[in-house]
Amino acid sequence: MDHAIEIMGLRKEYRGFALDNVTFDVPQGYIMGLIGPNGAGKTTIIKLVMNLIRRDAGEVRLFGLDNLRSEAAVKSRIGFVYDIPRFPEDLRLQTIASAISAFYDKWDDGRFRDLLDEFRLSPRQVFKKLSHGMKMKFSLAVALAHDADLILLDEPTAGLDPVFRLELLTKLRALIQNERKTVLFSSHITSDLERVADFITFIHKGRIVFSAAKDEILETWGVVRTAVDGLKPEDIPGVRGIRRSEHSLEVLTSDLAAAKGLLCGRTVFDKASLEDIMFYISKGNAHA
Amino acid sequence: MRIIISNSSPDPIYEQVGRQVKAQIISGELREGEALPSIRKLAQELQISVITTKRAYEELEKEGFIDTVEGKGSFVAMQNKELLREKKMKLVEEKMAEAVDEARLLGITRAELDEMLALLYGEKD
Repeated sequence: MDHAIEIMGLRKEYRGFALDNVTFDVPQGYIMGLIGPNGAGKTTIIKLVMNLIRRDAGEVRLFGLDNLRSEAAVKSRIGFVYDIPRFPEDLRLQTIASAISAFYDKWDDGRFRDLLDEFRLSPRQVFKKLSHGMKMKFSLAVALAHDADLILLDEPTAGLDPVFRLELLTKLRALIQNERKTVLFSSHITSDLERVADFITFIHKGRIVFSAAKDEILETWGVVRTAVDGLKPEDIPGVRGIRRSEHSLEVLTSDLAAAKGLLCGRTVFDKASLEDIMFYISKGNAHA
Repeated sequence: MRIIISNSSPDPIYEQVGRQVKAQIISGELREGEALPSIRKLAQELQISVITTKRAYEELEKEGFIDTVEGKGSFVAMQNKELLREKKMKLVEEKMAEAVDEARLLGITRAELDEMLALLYGEKD
């Protein structure tokens, strides 16, 4: 499998936070979801990929090329959508677009107009008068108009209504009908990714918890809920997070099938959603 | 091809897709040689992962229901009529094996099971 992004041993230190030994690949032709609670390091990873901040160690390859040594070449193939789109506030959309188009060889003005039409935006609108959702749409139209091979989106669905979120996800699915196009999409809204992502990378406190095919995760991980006098955490295989309450013990396991083999009354076994996984890993303590 | 995915079903989505395609091939709704939507197209239509549809097609191919031609797509495999009947029989057999296992677990006798089957088949009222 060819990779659009290869990240090896990436490290970035801030006061009180360190992204450490981050290693994962994003296969070409797929949608990778980067999930984790706020402050886990998602945006830091995306900024390092874009070389917007200086890394302390590690390597990033985009389309097989080093992202620093071949910066101009790789960036022209990336469409980047920020969580809060930043463009000159007082300009019309067409003016912003014609300024941006100069940076891209593959800018397609016809396609850009079609996208604006599709998103019900007019080229004559002034940027600052757009709602947050419309700004996101404009930003996405810009990213798609230069035929980018890799679309990077940092929390694109935060603060958007469900209708637009669904529209965006459908657009991304349509994009990868072309097997050469790749999407890396960070979000703390796991339901968006649960539906659309092919792969999931989960990051917590600056470290990768897992990076795998979404189906594989959703099929193997589970939540075991048992009475306080029932199973003990040490009896359960693959424990990744524990939550205790007065009446019950809840355990996130990465091996639901093996856990189901345990015979015990008053215990229920459920599949884990991405939200469950995020919740138990960030709130639960695996060693409690 | 008609496929409906349930998000609340305990069955994995690739199995839901596979089962429905299989049923449509067995019933003749999908005919021999008929082209199936591409893996990516189907994923987009159902709004599911490409990996899910790929896995569903791979399983169908392994079981001989479809053929995939590199660069051309996937097609309903030429079905030997007898083989098809055998496959259908096998499906029924699997379900019966499940029922027998359950029955054993509950201590239901062979005679009781026979009676149930006769009742279900409509031989008695």
